[in-house]
Amino acid sequence: MPLYELTAHELHEKLKAREITAVELTQSMYHRIGAVEEQIDGYLTLTEEGALESAAVADEGFQRGDEMPPLAGIPIAIKDVICTKGVLTTCGSKILGNFVSPYDATVMTKLHQQGAVMLGKTNMDEFAMGSSTENSAYQTTRNPWNLETIPGGSSGGSSAVVAAGAAICSLGSDTGGSIRQPAALCGVVGMKPTYGRVSRFGLVAFASSLDQIGPFSKDVTDCALVLNAICGHDPMDSTSADVPVPDFTKCLINDLEGVKIGIPKEYFTAGIDSEIEESVRSAIAVLQGAGATIEEVSLPHTDYAMATYYIIAPAEASANLARYDGVRYGFRATNADELGDMYRQTRSQGFGEEVKRRIMLGTYALSSGYYDAYYLKAQQVRTLIKSDFDDAFEKVDVVVTPTSPTAAFKIGERTADPLQMYLSDVLTTPANLAGLPGISIPCGLTSDDLPIGLQILAAPFEEEKILRAAYTFEQNTDHHRKRPKLSSK
Amino acid sequence: MMLVDFSIDIPSGEQNMASKYETVIGLEIHAELSTNSKLFCNCEVKFGSAANTQTCPICLGMPGVLPVMNQRAVEYSTRAALGLNCKIASYSKFDRKNYFYPDLPKGYQISQYDLPLAYDGYVDYELDGETKRVRINRIHLEEDAGKLVHADVTGNPNQSYVDFNRSCVPLLEIVSEPDLRSPEEAIAYWRAVKEILEYVEISDCNMEEGSFRCDANISLRPVGSKELGTRTELKNKNSFQHVLTALEYEEKRQARILDEGGEVIQETVLFDINTGRTASMRSKEEAHDYRYFPEPDLVPFEVDAAEVERIRASLPELPAERRQRFVAEYGIPAYDAEFLTATRQMADFFDETAHLSGDPKASSNWIMGDLSGLLNNAGIEIQDTQVTPDHLSELIQLINDQIISGKIAKSVLPDVFETGNPPKQIVDEKGLSQISDASAIESIVDQVIKENPGPAQDYRDGTQKAIGFLVGQVMKATRGKANPQMVNQLLQQKLSG
Amino acid sequence: MATITTDDVQHVATLARLEFNEEDIAEFTHQLARILDYIGKLNELDTTDVPPTSHPLTLRNVVKEDVAKSSYERDVVLDGAPSVEEGYFEVPKVIE
Repeated sequence: MPLYELTAHELHEKLKAREITAVELTQSMYHRIGAVEEQIDGYLTLTEEGALESAAVADEGFQRGDEMPPLAGIPIAIKDVICTKGVLTTCGSKILGNFVSPYDATVMTKLHQQGAVMLGKTNMDEFAMGSSTENSAYQTTRNPWNLETIPGGSSGGSSAVVAAGAAICSLGSDTGGSIRQPAALCGVVGMKPTYGRVSRFGLVAFASSLDQIGPFSKDVTDCALVLNAICGHDPMDSTSADVPVPDFTKCLINDLEGVKIGIPKEYFTAGIDSEIEESVRSAIAVLQGAGATIEEVSLPHTDYAMATYYIIAPAEASANLARYDGVRYGFRATNADELGDMYRQTRSQGFGEEVKRRIMLGTYALSSGYYDAYYLKAQQVRTLIKSDFDDAFEKVDVVVTPTSPTAAFKIGERTADPLQMYLSDVLTTPANLAGLPGISIPCGLTSDDLPIGLQILAAPFEEEKILRAAYTFEQNTDHHRKRPKLSSK
Repeated sequence: MMLVDFSIDIPSGEQNMASKYETVIGLEIHAELSTNSKLFCNCEVKFGSAANTQTCPICLGMPGVLPVMNQRAVEYSTRAALGLNCKIASYSKFDRKNYFYPDLPKGYQISQYDLPLAYDGYVDYELDGETKRVRINRIHLEEDAGKLVHADVTGNPNQSYVDFNRSCVPLLEIVSEPDLRSPEEAIAYWRAVKEILEYVEISDCNMEEGSFRCDANISLRPVGSKELGTRTELKNKNSFQHVLTALEYEEKRQARILDEGGEVIQETVLFDINTGRTASMRSKEEAHDYRYFPEPDLVPFEVDAAEVERIRASLPELPAERRQRFVAEYGIPAYDAEFLTATRQMADFFDETAHLSGDPKASSNWIMGDLSGLLNNAGIEIQDTQVTPDHLSELIQLINDQIISGKIAKSVLPDVFETGNPPKQIVDEKGLSQISDASAIESIVDQVIKENPGPAQDYRDGTQKAIGFLVGQVMKATRGKANPQMVNQLLQQKLSG
Repeated sequence: MATITTDDVQHVATLARLEFNEEDIAEFTHQLARILDYIGKLNELDTTDVPPTSHPLTLRNVVKEDVAKSSYERDVVLDGAPSVEEGYFEVPKVIE
């Protein structure tokens, strides 16, 4: 089996046994990248020199027989929304087209501490705003399962490269589903941790009260390993939770005896593709077979989550993106002799349409006379959505739903209608609003051979329950072993 | 933004406004907190560094950065609020104030909107012998912006330049109710606040360095009216004189408009020290819509009553209280108390000297007189001199014990000031002790009387003041060391005998 | 349909320092109106006395110690700035 098809935990064994070196592994990843990038266009920036340096350092440790962390020497891709010191960080936008971050995000420091190898920065919807990665100012990433379809978004690049074997694991960010939805559409594992589990310091902000960084991987064990590496309280982030981080690999047991699974009826409505519903119901049966009890629950405010999200996220984003004004870094419009013109031209030329649309929406929702009707109202409904989940988790351990109402759609299919695009996130946004952890794992393919994702949610800081259920499912099925057929160059 | 010059000539001495209109002024005072590091990052707070050398990604508003609250800033804010007699909010939060300006790196300022740290306070101040009270509406904590400078950098009039050293420095904003009724009151209140903030040691209140400034709102209304008139806002002034002059001008300008039946336009005005006038900053754009919303990157603050009491207990005696105590306890006049409490350090110095020497009157005289003279000449503050309360107390005791005369003491103090040596040591080294031994002086007295028969006779004939000349002669002969009272006594004895 | 006019949109664009040509303004107005219409469904809910959620976690009083550490080197800070002059960030004239 080619190295790029292995998981991090499998590769760790090989590195430890010195069957392979980290440098060899990294080189073979770049070879794979070379073979598939033209087809999927997942990367914006490759950092081969730095990667080989990190790999060499890891090799020294392995050679000495040191106790090496699980991610040492493992090639990882990073969504371009995460600040990487000395490396371009564009957020998929022209306005940061030349921005080289002078500092590392906390998660990067943590990965470096483990000796992980950064392959490069991946493509994304501009400033994480989108559900298809079509809003990138640079390139369209293609779903490895069908190159005419989208990989999902906004972390489309990070998801596609893992699916295509062009990275062993990757990091993405999830504000309304931007890890889970692309994971579902690309047939990989994608997890959004509880809000506050992973430091946001160095994560270029989209919606501050919703954003979280999380892993993409080929299996649940790798997901747990990356979580172990990136979770933890950070004094540089005031919203970082000061709770102990368990060893997430310890909960990976193949058994759901005594576990109660809640199925929310509001997530199985008419808008869900029938093949997806079927696949998810089969998955639930598998979980039942492993010992779980199934219970119907109700999350009555589910239908209002999208509207809530599309006020709160753009409102916070409109303020978070005000710093892109051409004064201190990034793009500045030429030919503007007056300050006001400089601002307007820089921002109008530097931002893409979707970003502008959301800035406008957010500014409107916060503006004088509208704050109560929109922003305040949305924050109140958010309380109701959260309390729906609080009630549900009194009764059940995890909630299981489809991740996305449809499988990957064609490139260009929804770009004409923003509202239509927004509805891709209808099943994922509630978890962000409530701050809950959630995973998407592959649970089948459509008749068009497009991946289907199963979403598992839990109460805050109960990732272990999610991982256990996900792991059990994985151990009893082989969906996670399926790979897209990509022609090698 | 357009600058429209009013070009209104206000004849001096216009009196009609004084009877027709009541002036209403409110102040928003900004004080930079004297913390070591900035409000949300660990850059040092230091005035006068080269541009952009005290910055980091956080205070520059780079992508991905986050704020973390400086603990001491919260504590200092609470201290200030208690010093200003405010209630401390048990729950407060931060908000984003959104607007675009080159000195504002994030395109929003982290400030406090509806739930500030403190509210409902007051400050008492003195003006023309009367005690007046100004209510404080609220006090909140926010970050400062960078500094925008203009053509002075390269001389190019089409550019402006931004220095972010000041960005994210903690700023306390103190908002008064519109209780002030004249420009003089406004300045007196502002001074009183400065004094309190200096006393609780949370800000340098250095106006030259820009760490202490104010915005003033002024409006006029017919005498007897309860409604507020339309106000204008005078922004970011850091000079008492400028604000006084600007407010006086605005007062007259608004009166003139109202007299002519016009309406005052609500706007921001700028004061030009050169022309002595205000000019409107009429903007082409709409009034600011700050779109305040709760800051998602900072969590709310809850303060418990015990913590507030702990901070209250750690506050020093405030200036007004101290002045009252000085008058009551030491029996010094109010004027002296005022002088001696000008700074906390001077008040401490006086307090200790009075306590050690047991002679508050003398302590105050020496501090207000000779010591202040020496400090002023050297251009230093009382906390920087080598003279200590121990020294001064010793000096006072030497006089009271008649070891040296007051006059000799005046020459000893400068030595203490220069060398830091105790007065006793200087007196001994220079042999300045008074001669208080009658037998030693007697012979000199006899000699002087013998050599000056004229004045001696004048005195015997009834010219009292002739003795002064003779005393002088004795003092000269003893090089100032004779005990003057004793000399006087002996002369009187011998001349009347 | 939510009533948002092109004037409203222009006003919001001004607040956000964005500019659009006439065609785009019309398009944006239409799109925003549709989105606001969708968002309007929140009015179906009675939220009287429901407290707003600004933060998903109930953290309080997160602070850092008041310790000054060295700042970034000016070269690093100014590197990548669109326009620099004598150690300052240069911008087109601001009228004050």
